[in-house]
Amino acid sequence: MLKLLKGIWLVFLHAFTRPVTVQYPEEKPYLPPRWRGRIILSRDPDGEERCVGCYLCSVACPVGCIALQATEDEHGRRYPAWFRINFSRCIFCGYCEEACPTYAIQLTTDFELSEHDRRNLVYEKEHLLISGTGKYPGYNFYRVSGLRIGGKDKGEAEHEAAPTDLRSLMP
Amino acid sequence: MNETASTLLIIAGVLVTLLTLSALLIWLERRLLGFWQERYGPNRVGPFGLLQVVADMIKIFMKEDWVPPFADKAVFVIAPAVIIVTILMSFAVVPFTPSIVVADLNVGLLFFLAMSSLSAYSVVLAGWASNNKYSLLGGLRASAQMLSYEVFMGLSLMGVVMLAGSFSLRDIVAAQQGVWFCIPQVLGFIIFLIAGLAETKRVPFDIPEAEAELVAGFHTEYSGMKFGMFFVGEYLGIILISAMITVLFFGGWQGPWLPPVVWFSIKTFLFICLFILLRAALPRLRFDQLMTFGWKVMLPLALVNLTVTGALVLVGHPPE
Repeated sequence: MLKLLKGIWLVFLHAFTRPVTVQYPEEKPYLPPRWRGRIILSRDPDGEERCVGCYLCSVACPVGCIALQATEDEHGRRYPAWFRINFSRCIFCGYCEEACPTYAIQLTTDFELSEHDRRNLVYEKEHLLISGTGKYPGYNFYRVSGLRIGGKDKGEAEHEAAPTDLRSLMP
Repeated sequence: MNETASTLLIIAGVLVTLLTLSALLIWLERRLLGFWQERYGPNRVGPFGLLQVVADMIKIFMKEDWVPPFADKAVFVIAPAVIIVTILMSFAVVPFTPSIVVADLNVGLLFFLAMSSLSAYSVVLAGWASNNKYSLLGGLRASAQMLSYEVFMGLSLMGVVMLAGSFSLRDIVAAQQGVWFCIPQVLGFIIFLIAGLAETKRVPFDIPEAEAELVAGFHTEYSGMKFGMFFVGEYLGIILISAMITVLFFGGWQGPWLPPVVWFSIKTFLFICLFILLRAALPRLRFDQLMTFGWKVMLPLALVNLTVTGALVLVGHPPE
C-alpha cells in the first residue's frame, strides 16, 4: 500500500521535470554530418555530369528504387539519358553511394521529403542533379581514369600514363 | 414564474458547463498525462492546444455512424444515451453553491446512488447489443464490477449520512460547517474514492474496456458520436465523482474569502487531477484481484467504518 502511494508520488514529481520532447518543426534536431538523407547527383569541377550510366547503383539498391537509361554523346562519353529515383521506396541505406565509381550519386542530410501526392516522390534527373561537386570537391573521374577519344585510346596521348591492367596481379 | 425561469436558467447553465467541461477534460487529461510522462501532450491546435477539443469534435462528427448488421439495433443505439442521461441526472442533486442546485431532493444521496447504478446498464447493454465476444466480455466484467463496488460505495456513505443526519446533499454540506467529513470519515472517504474509481471504470479499475485484452471492451463496435457519447460519459462520470467527493467529504462550497462556486470548482478540479494522476501512475488490476479486493477488503472495511461511526454517534447523541 505504501509502495503504491510512493509510486503515485514519484509520478506526480515528474510534473516538475522538463519534457524530453524535441518540438521538431521549431526545434531542429542535431544531424550528424554523415547523415544519409535525400539522394542527389553531383557534377565534376568542370560542370559536367559525373554519372557515367554504369547501373551499379541500380543493382546495389536493395529496394530497387533507382532506374536509369545510359546513353553516349558524340565523343563516346557515357551519361544517363534519364535517371529516376522513387523516394517513396528509398530506405536511405547508402549502398548506391558506396557502389558509385564516380562519386556521382551522393546522400545529403535532407530528410524532409513529405508530399501530398505520392507520385511527387518520384524524382527525375533534373530534380536530382545539383550544380556543385557535393562531398568530393576537385574529383573528376576522367582525369583519374583517362579518356578514350576519337582516334586515341586510353594512355596514348602525350604525358598520359597507361591505364591500370585490371587483370594483372602486378601493381 | 420567476422561480421557474431561474430553475430553467440553472438547468441550462449546469448542462452547458458540464458538457463543455467534459470535452475540455479530454484535453486536460492528455496534457496532464503528458507532463507526468515527461512529454507535452497536444499543444499544437490553438493556445496550449486548447482547440484540440474542437478538432476532435469535428473529426468525430465526420466519422461514419455505423451500426453493425449483427447488432441488436435498438439497444445498440440506446446504450450510449443511457450513460449520458443517468450521469447528467445525478448532477441534478449536486449542490454547487447554496443557491445553484437543480433539485434539492431530501433523498439526494440515494438518488445519486440509484442513478450511478443505472449507468451500469449502459455498459452492460452496449456489451450485449454489440453481439461481439469482446464486447460481451467487457459487459460481463462491467456488470460484475459495478455490482460488487456498488455495495460498499453505498455503505461507505452511510457514515456521512449518520453524522449529518440527512440524505439531502445541501444539509450534508451545511453539516460540515465546523470540520469537513474527510477527518472523522477518513476511512469512508478512501473507500468512496476507490469505489468511485471503479464506478467510472478508470485505471486501475478499467477492466471492462481493458484495451490490452478486450480490444476496447464494451464499446468495441461503436464508432462516431456513439463512441463519443461513451467518452463524454466517462469524463462526466469523473466530474460527478469528484463533485460528490467534494460535497460529501470536503465541505462542498465552504471555504474562506473566495465565493462558494470558486471553492467548489477548486476542490472538484483537484480531485479530477487526482483521478488523472492515478491513471498515470497505476497499472490495471486483474479481474480476480479486483473482485477479491472488493469483497474481501473493501466490503469488511466499509462495514467496520459503518459500525464504528454508528457506535460513536450513538455514544455522542443517545436517543431520547
